[in-house]
Amino acid sequence: MKYFGLIWSNAWRKKIRTSLTILSVFVAFLLFALLSAVGYAFGVGANFADAERLIVINKITLINPLPIAYQNRIAATPGVRSVTHNTWFGGYYQDERNQFAQFPVDPEEYFSVYSELVLPDEQFEAWRKNRTGAIVGQALADQYGWEVGDRIPIQATIWTKADGGRSWEFDIEGIFSSKTAGAGATTFMLFQYDYFDEARAFGNGTIGWYVLRVDPDADPVQVADAIDQQFANSANETETSTEEAFAASFAKQYGDIGLIVRLILAAVFFTLLLVAGNTMSQSVRERISELAVLKTLGFTDMSVLWTVLAEALLILAIGAILGLGVGWLAVEGLNSQFGTQVPLYLTPMAFVTAFVIMVVAGILSGIMPALQAMRLTITDALARG
Amino acid sequence: MSKPLAKLQGVSRVYQKGKERVEVLHDIDVEIPEGDFIAIMGPSGSGKTTLLNLLGGLDKPDAGTVVVGDAELSSMSNSQLSHWRATHVGFIFQFYNLLPVLTAQKNVELPLLLTRFSSKERAERAAIALDIVGLADRAKHYPRELSGGQEQRVAIARAIVSDPTLLLCDEPTGDLDRETADEILKLLQILNKEHGKTIVMVTHDAQAAEYANRTLLVDKGKLGFKAAA
Amino acid sequence: MKSIRQILAVTLLNLRNLPKRVAASVVAVIGVAAVVMVFSAVLSMATGFERTMTAAGADDTAVILRSGSTAELNSGLSNEQALIVANAPGVLKDGDQPVISAELYVIVDLEKKATGTEANVPFRGVQESAFAVRNNIGIVEGRMFEPGKNEIIVGRAAQQEFRGLELDSVIRFGKNEWSVVGVFEAGGGVSESELWTDVRVLQGAYRRGNSFQSVRVRLESVDSIGALREALEADPRIDPDVSTEREYYSEQSEALSTFIKVIGYPLTILMSIGAIFGALNTMYSSVSVRGKEIATLRALGFGPLPVMVSTIIESTLLALIGGLIGSVAAFLIFNGFQVSTLNFANFSQVVFDFAVTPDLIRQGLVAALVIGVVGGLFPAIRAARMPVALALREL
Repeated sequence: MKYFGLIWSNAWRKKIRTSLTILSVFVAFLLFALLSAVGYAFGVGANFADAERLIVINKITLINPLPIAYQNRIAATPGVRSVTHNTWFGGYYQDERNQFAQFPVDPEEYFSVYSELVLPDEQFEAWRKNRTGAIVGQALADQYGWEVGDRIPIQATIWTKADGGRSWEFDIEGIFSSKTAGAGATTFMLFQYDYFDEARAFGNGTIGWYVLRVDPDADPVQVADAIDQQFANSANETETSTEEAFAASFAKQYGDIGLIVRLILAAVFFTLLLVAGNTMSQSVRERISELAVLKTLGFTDMSVLWTVLAEALLILAIGAILGLGVGWLAVEGLNSQFGTQVPLYLTPMAFVTAFVIMVVAGILSGIMPALQAMRLTITDALARG
Repeated sequence: MSKPLAKLQGVSRVYQKGKERVEVLHDIDVEIPEGDFIAIMGPSGSGKTTLLNLLGGLDKPDAGTVVVGDAELSSMSNSQLSHWRATHVGFIFQFYNLLPVLTAQKNVELPLLLTRFSSKERAERAAIALDIVGLADRAKHYPRELSGGQEQRVAIARAIVSDPTLLLCDEPTGDLDRETADEILKLLQILNKEHGKTIVMVTHDAQAAEYANRTLLVDKGKLGFKAAA
Repeated sequence: MKSIRQILAVTLLNLRNLPKRVAASVVAVIGVAAVVMVFSAVLSMATGFERTMTAAGADDTAVILRSGSTAELNSGLSNEQALIVANAPGVLKDGDQPVISAELYVIVDLEKKATGTEANVPFRGVQESAFAVRNNIGIVEGRMFEPGKNEIIVGRAAQQEFRGLELDSVIRFGKNEWSVVGVFEAGGGVSESELWTDVRVLQGAYRRGNSFQSVRVRLESVDSIGALREALEADPRIDPDVSTEREYYSEQSEALSTFIKVIGYPLTILMSIGAIFGALNTMYSSVSVRGKEIATLRALGFGPLPVMVSTIIESTLLALIGGLIGSVAAFLIFNGFQVSTLNFANFSQVVFDFAVTPDLIRQGLVAALVIGVVGGLFPAIRAARMPVALALREL
């Protein structure tokens, strides 16, 4: 730590050069933050996956419905603690651009399976008692300025009503939050399945998919097999998987977005390393005689190596911290604007990754000049200077 | 004459220059008494600087032994030599070799980073050293803001700050005008007489050599003391 | 004239000792190359996707859906409603038969060859005139399916992207088995991502009774869309959305291609800024390395302008070399690279190729040029302003 003053002074030997290098590092980490947040949006389902939850879908595809009659048989399967069902409503609010997720559900069952959702008891009761009641997530309510007591129309793209209408009206009875961190945790709306099933023009008696919670001591894989076997060779065969596997395979439908993001970042950081490495070696080349003086004064080869390496790390760290900081602010800002469509979020893991990249990039960019500085022989260097 | 501080016995140093073998020093024996002020003179390429580097543990002989104080430099490792230099010897160069990115004060403190002193103690000691060389009022200045003579004084302060017994000077006045050079040489004399530093100074300025107690002549790898004037 | 000769002389001098500064120059070149490559790669995804979606869109074909359904998947039309469309004005007739195809659109799970994961692939039931209502479409291998049989024809892109669609193979969806009897191409359009069969067979297999999801009609002319729309919207028995095929597909592609562009352009701008910093660094050090040479030239009587211009020329040249490398690399690596993604509107896969178009290459080179000029400008100003006497003494 006592070398810090020396390292700091050396780093700012050429202010323009160091500032430019820090700025390129800044840009690289800003991009890292933004692209990580976008990557999060594509895998958002997996972020809320619960190992004890299973998803039961129609074996043909997710969009083929299942009969509501399956619910009791699934509930009776050994190892199943609670079951609820979901259906994709696919509506929008006022404008086609305002799409967000709505699900007709059974209130009690839904909350027993999705135990991470938090809703005040009196709001839950009010929702349960109101056939046309709905509850919305906090992020959704914030975006559209909804409050409890509002009556909102949702335009259906799939589910026309029996009377031919496409506009479904709901009373907001509650606003829920989630114990799970991360954008996208509260960007959907729930309403009563009973109302939905009676009012829709077609598809009555079916649901989209089942979600169930297994007993803590049950083996999820065995439970999944048992469910699928029950419905084998029936008109609607099922495919049961863990929520996590389901979310992961759904994310893959978009193509390998993660791979593309990683390729871009690799290109960015490769360039960054070149810039930073070049700066460091220029800087070392300029002060060969100074390094020799340090050694003359009694600095060992190793401590000279460390001062150069630490300087590279310092430059990387300043740029990285600034880049991540601004990136984080940008992600938060964008999320409050567009979060219900594209939930953007910087996970703690992203910060850890950034830290590791920072250290590795610092070492890679500093190691060659540092070794050069370490191997310097005093007599040669002084004679040259 | 007091006991020798440094003793070179049978020292040879050979450089390989391309295909040519250059023997810079050949079988040298020399003793430097503690508290002495010796000037080394000789033509370019005669081995003056090599001799100085050997005394400072910057270079090792191909044959013979170099002993300074209790330390046998010729048999020490590079990192042992580094630690030894930090406390036993101070260097003064022709071009001062201050770090341009540090203030005078911080330049002087540099060798103390290798000690256990606290930052407060380091600052105090550096201030004393700057005071000795008469630059207490220039502590906050960067090297580019100082004159050549002042830079050399800072370099001298840096050389003495860790209180070494031996000061090695390589053409300390080579880049200075006469008047400034005389001031620097007087300062070295004071350090020798009042602070008891043993000084070895390479120079090819005969007037500079006169400030020393004795002059050692080096030519074609051989030594000889100049008769006292 | 004189200054142009000076500029030339100084520039040549600069370039001649470029090899001495090779490391820093290479860094600048690679920096620009990386920017241009990432730019071309990301944007070629958007252009490729758009091209696929619009290749399918004709102006003289109309798509009729149930009102408000936004996509075929969500739509539903009865047999009676399909007949109303067939007899509506503006529909082209072949003899006395209207050229229309009432179609069913379902989704099946197939394995993506690239990732080995399941993907939603569109499976379309069509009528005999399906080929007549579309442009640019035809069987390229095998034969057409026979009506009433469990036979399918597959799009070329789907066949390349998904497993199990080889000619003459048999594939199983749910309880039904289907034989692949033909392969069709559609000018690289979105139809090539689909599997087709006889709509009557598909209705049976998926228990859809006698219902459809969309009706496609060939119009008498491009202008007939208005008449058709008016007639259908006035008919109380049907509540339709009428659009041309081009409108239908461009609306569907808008969300994704906008998304890619919203990411791609800021990404490029940010990366370019990073590359400008790299170029500035390189050029500043180039100027300081050449300090003595520049000062000598100035002492000999060269003006500040040639010194400045030559520095900008050097950085622009380096940036353009980088830009070319980046473009060529992007073209070689990405052009024609086939991927598929989920088109959320229809909840099904669209297979498309990355398209590194001449326009994209032009844009990439413009970015390189900007980087080069900006990256050279400030160091050039410094070079021109360098005090001659000081620079001579320092070095």
